[in-house]
Amino acid sequence: MGPVTAGVLQALALLGALALVYVPLGDHMARVYSSARHLRVERWIYRAVGADPDTRMRWPAYLRALLAFSLAGVVLLYVLQRLQGVLPGSLGFASVPPPQAFNTAASFVTNTDWQSYAGEQTLGHVVQTGGLAVQNFVSAAVGMAVAIALVRGFAHTRTAELGNFWADLVRGVVRVLLPLAVVAALVLAACGVVQNFAGVHEVGQFTGGARQWDGGAVASQEAIKVLGTNGGGYFNANSAHPFENPTPFTNLFQVFLLLVIPVALTRTFGVLAGSVRQGYAILAATAVIWAGFLALMTWTEFAHREGALRIAGGALEGKEVRFGVAGSALFAVSTTLTSTGAVDSAHSSYTGLGGGIALLGMALGEIAPGGAGSGLYGMLIMAVIAVFLAGLMVGRTPEYLGKKIGPREIKQAALYLLVTPALVLVLTALSMALPTPRHSMLNPGAHGFTEVLYAFTSAANNNGSAFAGLDANTDWFNTTTGLAMLLGRFLPIVFVLALAGSLAGRRPTPVTAGTLRTEKPLFAGLLVGTILIVGALTYVPALALGPLAEGLAR
Amino acid sequence: MVISVNASVSSNARLLGAALKALLALTALTGVLYPLAVTGVAQGLFPGRADGSQVSAGGRVVGSSLIGQPYDLPGGSRPDPRWFQGRPADGLTENTLNTRYRLLVSGATNLAADNPVLIRRVEDARAAVARFDSVPGHPVRPSDVPADAVTSSGSGLDPDISPRYARLQVRRVARENGLPVDRVRALVDRHTEGRDLGFIGEPRVNVLALNTALGALAAKG
Repeated sequence: MGPVTAGVLQALALLGALALVYVPLGDHMARVYSSARHLRVERWIYRAVGADPDTRMRWPAYLRALLAFSLAGVVLLYVLQRLQGVLPGSLGFASVPPPQAFNTAASFVTNTDWQSYAGEQTLGHVVQTGGLAVQNFVSAAVGMAVAIALVRGFAHTRTAELGNFWADLVRGVVRVLLPLAVVAALVLAACGVVQNFAGVHEVGQFTGGARQWDGGAVASQEAIKVLGTNGGGYFNANSAHPFENPTPFTNLFQVFLLLVIPVALTRTFGVLAGSVRQGYAILAATAVIWAGFLALMTWTEFAHREGALRIAGGALEGKEVRFGVAGSALFAVSTTLTSTGAVDSAHSSYTGLGGGIALLGMALGEIAPGGAGSGLYGMLIMAVIAVFLAGLMVGRTPEYLGKKIGPREIKQAALYLLVTPALVLVLTALSMALPTPRHSMLNPGAHGFTEVLYAFTSAANNNGSAFAGLDANTDWFNTTTGLAMLLGRFLPIVFVLALAGSLAGRRPTPVTAGTLRTEKPLFAGLLVGTILIVGALTYVPALALGPLAEGLAR
Repeated sequence: MVISVNASVSSNARLLGAALKALLALTALTGVLYPLAVTGVAQGLFPGRADGSQVSAGGRVVGSSLIGQPYDLPGGSRPDPRWFQGRPADGLTENTLNTRYRLLVSGATNLAADNPVLIRRVEDARAAVARFDSVPGHPVRPSDVPADAVTSSGSGLDPDISPRYARLQVRRVARENGLPVDRVRALVDRHTEGRDLGFIGEPRVNVLALNTALGALAAKG
């Protein structure tokens, strides 16, 4: 069997596995977020917090609780890193300097997991396991809560309330992420992902002597790293490191894990919105984009017509033998179309067009299928834009899921869309215009520009993957990418919750012959077109300077 | 006015306090209980794997089956022709922080395909491998050298090579160890792993396992 055939079979197996869990997991999450019952452990947490989980919140209260929780996360993570040098269980590693500690705290709280440090030489057990892994859980649960709040905005008709933030947060962790993570962590550990609390220890070598290794709770962190679409590796090489991703099977399993929640959330959306076919339409648009990106990426990586890759006879620079070209392309597309940002290969050494595809996947806003929660709310914003465009064409007031979309809602959706491109393009331009940031580039020419563009695209879209040649551990990049991550996460959330608030409580309009049927293939097609056009119009000039220039040069 | 500002300050403080308590409660659950439980089960069920899949040979640990290592002549930096060689690891570095340890920092070169540095490296590596693996009567041409032999992996720790690269090394290894070519080739075939379940990933040869078996074979004579 050739590598391309095997790659296609691998992708089909992945789709089959996702199809198997789509309905059960999607329905489970719908039950979790609409159940009236509280588990005992949840009650303990509510009591500790001093919050009544049955209080319904309007959007400003929901937002305030969310921001307070995230602020607490940034502060705690910053303090943990600054105190690492004196905390026990840190392998004796020194404290992290302030700019990098800020960057990492912002990164993990915003579900980005951009890393300007190398895990194995920087962070001990306390920060990794007690700090970063915790944010891997809760930042994903925050994203899911926002998505559910938006769906409630569409579904609620007699009340302007969106639900209770604390209940949504805690349930997301306790009933969705934690059980799945336990199973995933044990599967990974069974395949060879390490899970221990050994300090730095010596391992003998074949030709004599020994090497020093640090152990860690890697399997448990790895599981939630991908499941929560986080992506921050325990080790510098992330999912390319054999202790994080030891076999071809674990590679495919990780791709499955990073897709499973965003994909199943389209089912949850359909159930909660009262029509599973609405969820299928969103899923169809997602699948078309993902499959198209995968086909393009696989083609360009196998074609490898450039420079060193052509001379070598294969695009294996930065790729592991066990995953091969197909397994790496599958991972790269899936990690950049979700907000994961874990990498099993070095995107910087991909073909010019391959790197561009990874970049464009993030630039589209990570909605196909996107991050845990953030993918669904991003996609629903695009759906609002799509019905608005359709409304303009036929001269009708647009509506989605029975709710009229007025000027106010369109403004909220448009503002949502403007935040990340503004951050990406302005910060990239500043970095290129200032004298020193350019010194961080590793590669010359168009590729160097792509490194900077990729960094801000990754940060502002909360992805976290990198063209890792860029030396991002400078005061400039630590500060600007940190700000891009915070603004790129929380400003859009403000607009989503405001949109949810203005939709909730609005009476539904009855379906008539003139209603745009948003559960039909026609609408899914319109949605794909809208996403590609908005993304292309925003980013084509920047892409032309970087990956397109590199990929088309001979 | 003053009263309402005070009220909102105190309500914000209350909210932040609640947020911090929620975070600490969830930290206890996901940052303490969860990793400890997973560690307990993993160490109970598959301790060898949870501790890094260490391999022993001749009564001593010779590495991890998952982590690639150099097979150099004493003194380092020059490959030992007796052993099968792994991939280049130009992205692998040693720690620059916390320097009382000597840790390996995993990573790739991150060089672009059109970077002259990478082009030169690949060309040089191709010529070097071809020279190294040529034996009298059986020259290896640079065009015979497979891609994995001249490119650095994503981690710098790739434990595997492609079956093609392993076969390319057979004559040199056989000659250096005084073994018949057929037996070394059979050894490579035995250590060639197919794709997982027949279609996941790529066929590969674990270099440490291969060299361990080679060492045993050479010792028997």
